[in-house]
Amino acid sequence: MIKKILFIIGFLLTMTKLYAQTELVGAGASFPYPLYSKMFDEYYKIYNVKINYQSIGSGGGIRQLKAKTVDFGASDAILTDEQLKEFDGEILHIPICLGAVVITYNLDVKQQIQFTPDLIADIFLGKITKWNDERIKKVNLKLTLPDLPITVVRRADGSGTTFVFTDYLCKVSSEWKERVGKGTSVNWPVGIAGKGNEGVTGLVKQTKGAIGYVEFTYALQNKLPYGVIKNKSGYFINPTIESISEAGNIKLPEDMRVSITDTESKNGYPISAFTYILVYSNLSKTNDKMTYEKAKILAELLWWMTHEGQKYAKPLHYAPLSKEAQKNVEKLLKKLNFDGKILLTK
Amino acid sequence: MKILKDRLFKFMVIFLALLTLFPLFSIIFMIFKNGISVINLEFFTSLPKPPGETGGGVLNAIIGTLLLIFFASLIAIPFGLLTGIFLYEYRDKKIGEILTTFVDITQGIPSIVIGIISYLWIVKKMGHFSLISGSFALSLIFLPIIAKSTKETLKMIPSYIIEASLALGISYSRTILKVVLPSSIGGILSGILLGISRISGETAPLLFTAFGNPFLNLNILKPVSSLPHLIFIYTLSPYDNWRKHAWGCALILIIIVSFISFLNKLFLKKWKIKF
Amino acid sequence: MSGTKLYKNIVNIGGVLIVGLLLAIFITLFLNSYPSIREYKFNFFTSKIWDPVFEKFGALPFIIGTLLTSFISLVISIPFSLSVSLFVSEYYENAFFSRIFETLIDLLAGIPSVIYGLWGFFYVTPIVRNIQIKFLLPPTGVSILTASLVLSIMIIPYASSIAKEVIKLVPNDLKEAGYSLGASQYEVIRKVIFPYAKSGIFAGILLSLGRALGETMAVTMVIGNSIQLPKNIFQPGNTIASIIANEFTEAVGELHLSSLIELGLILFLITLIINLIANLIIKKYTFFEI
Repeated sequence: MIKKILFIIGFLLTMTKLYAQTELVGAGASFPYPLYSKMFDEYYKIYNVKINYQSIGSGGGIRQLKAKTVDFGASDAILTDEQLKEFDGEILHIPICLGAVVITYNLDVKQQIQFTPDLIADIFLGKITKWNDERIKKVNLKLTLPDLPITVVRRADGSGTTFVFTDYLCKVSSEWKERVGKGTSVNWPVGIAGKGNEGVTGLVKQTKGAIGYVEFTYALQNKLPYGVIKNKSGYFINPTIESISEAGNIKLPEDMRVSITDTESKNGYPISAFTYILVYSNLSKTNDKMTYEKAKILAELLWWMTHEGQKYAKPLHYAPLSKEAQKNVEKLLKKLNFDGKILLTK
Repeated sequence: MKILKDRLFKFMVIFLALLTLFPLFSIIFMIFKNGISVINLEFFTSLPKPPGETGGGVLNAIIGTLLLIFFASLIAIPFGLLTGIFLYEYRDKKIGEILTTFVDITQGIPSIVIGIISYLWIVKKMGHFSLISGSFALSLIFLPIIAKSTKETLKMIPSYIIEASLALGISYSRTILKVVLPSSIGGILSGILLGISRISGETAPLLFTAFGNPFLNLNILKPVSSLPHLIFIYTLSPYDNWRKHAWGCALILIIIVSFISFLNKLFLKKWKIKF
Repeated sequence: MSGTKLYKNIVNIGGVLIVGLLLAIFITLFLNSYPSIREYKFNFFTSKIWDPVFEKFGALPFIIGTLLTSFISLVISIPFSLSVSLFVSEYYENAFFSRIFETLIDLLAGIPSVIYGLWGFFYVTPIVRNIQIKFLLPPTGVSILTASLVLSIMIIPYASSIAKEVIKLVPNDLKEAGYSLGASQYEVIRKVIFPYAKSGIFAGILLSLGRALGETMAVTMVIGNSIQLPKNIFQPGNTIASIIANEFTEAVGELHLSSLIELGLILFLITLIINLIANLIIKKYTFFEI
């Protein structure tokens, strides 16, 4: 009896060894999860590399990368200089595409609701509590808004989507900047919370009069309505792939750590952002299991995602990288090394 | 008046007692109704598809759950038995009482705390998420259950059997190992089945240990998916396809749990020992 | 004889194991909470601000959330637990369908928590939402109340399984004495059974409470996950268990993580004390162990 058990254990342990197929583990943003999921599915079909990506929120991606439990992190939040110091090595922000945060709501209205920046801030501050508030009506003269309470829905988990949204709110509302601030997790004045973009969408869908912020793709996939927002130049911009790309049409820094919310760009959608994959520039610092071969595969994956993989962005309503952005990305990727040995020599 | 109160009270008791069954039937009905339409061969044999696409299955979660239970049993059963025998040996002594209380306390630890502990002890030390860390977490929940039921079963063995064995010249340790334990196998197995039924549905401790995996994984050092984990993620997602799959997973899980419960009742009947 | 000595030594490992395990769990929790214990000291329990951006962590909203959901669910479940136990141990003690009934109640206890969450999310949330609409409250559906309702169903079997055993133990001659004095069944229950079994029943209730305090998955899925102090039960909230489940993998700052672990420590200690008291009562006043 005991012999049988030992045999089975031995067998399973050898299976462990046999299963040394390359598998990369990543975690983070739920923002780009539909796109990454599609990309990794395709990459597996072509290159037989398994990528296990768990959408636990940007905060989680940053945390697990710092704790060295994953091979790469994904985040919409840009790390500050202080945060970067906490890592055991230089971290590169590799933008993969652009996405947008849209304001979605559950109301029976015939047209899209128009929002001004101060309206959004005050709703999420809890200062405007009914849909038929005068200030909302003023900007939406063509709509009949019901006498419904506004239920704010936000994120329960540490989220880059939250980061992008609060980053925008800090720029357009000094009260928000003082009271709440920006981050992957903030002290929300009001609202119920859902886990991930998925959770927020789920709650908004189920609650009449709800308002929430989600990534553009989620709103589209679930046929949720979203609002038109007045940008810095004074135009009411509808989120589209074009207007999102437009938002990124500004001077880009080399390390690509740039916030494009409340963009200067004339026709840019005001709550747009790059979404990043975070990696150690010296990949050997990632964790104990990283080898030269694995690092090369990871580097090649990132090159593929920012080049051939870009074709999956538009059908899923993500804005692909512009030519200038791609040039900057190539420079960053060429910095990837394994203890000094450059990984991409194309 | 007195008779009225009596009748009224009886009626209320019966009413409330039967009402308690309502959620049970509601849950089972909803699971069957929503889960049956999802269950097909593809569901059992293929892997999940990216969000928004139709089809796909939960093979990785089914295998994951089975592997998690298997390795948790490997850890928990030997140690659980050991602790259970200890509790039995010292059952009349103060130390036995105290340690029994300790085991009860361990059984009462919230599973999310078990998850924290497993993360700090295993995941952090190993440097990554893994099946084995998930199994470790589950074994911490499993162990007290085995220990308690082992102790209770052993207690049931009449002392004359032990005395007869000793009178025949068999050493005490041999008596326990070769006479008492084998006759207790029914109750011990019952405790094991009870534990398996309990841990197959645990989610919280797996959140920070097994982590999840969209692919099939047999490697104990790599992250793995599981049925309860998928139910959690899929329920809160906005994708209809995923939500349907959540019900399917729930159906499979309920069937597993009921089946084990049924096996358990069979064992109890066979050995006629009631707990 | 060395065989038995070896046996004894190995068996003793079993004892050391469990003691070591509990101690190690406590020490680990304590050591990892130390940064936030040192930082916030007693304010941790009284501050209602949970702010990862400005690194101010106070546990009050979650302590309140935990207490509210646990006590409300307990209050709701007690009548049901008692009814179930009276049903199978008193009114229909010998009926065949009582055994079936007991099996069904056991099934209730065997349903995994995450499935309760699934059912609660799709079935109970809309019901609460309709109530909120009638009261002109924000129709969130998810709320403290929703979590309490789902919890109450989950914990019924715990109190009922203990209660039904102690009620069975009430000596028949005491009951007969009551009947012979002309008491109705209701009066016998009230004046003979309950007083006799009350400590056992109380212990069972404590066990239900212990379960409610630590329950994570079902609560996380229907409580609304708000970090603000709830002003009424129709508002969303969080319990200690649910906030840990939500934020643990993502806590970026060390103080954030440490605060979450401190919450885990608090939960560990609360459930430990409740289970300990329940155990002691059962040992002292009844003649069996659970």
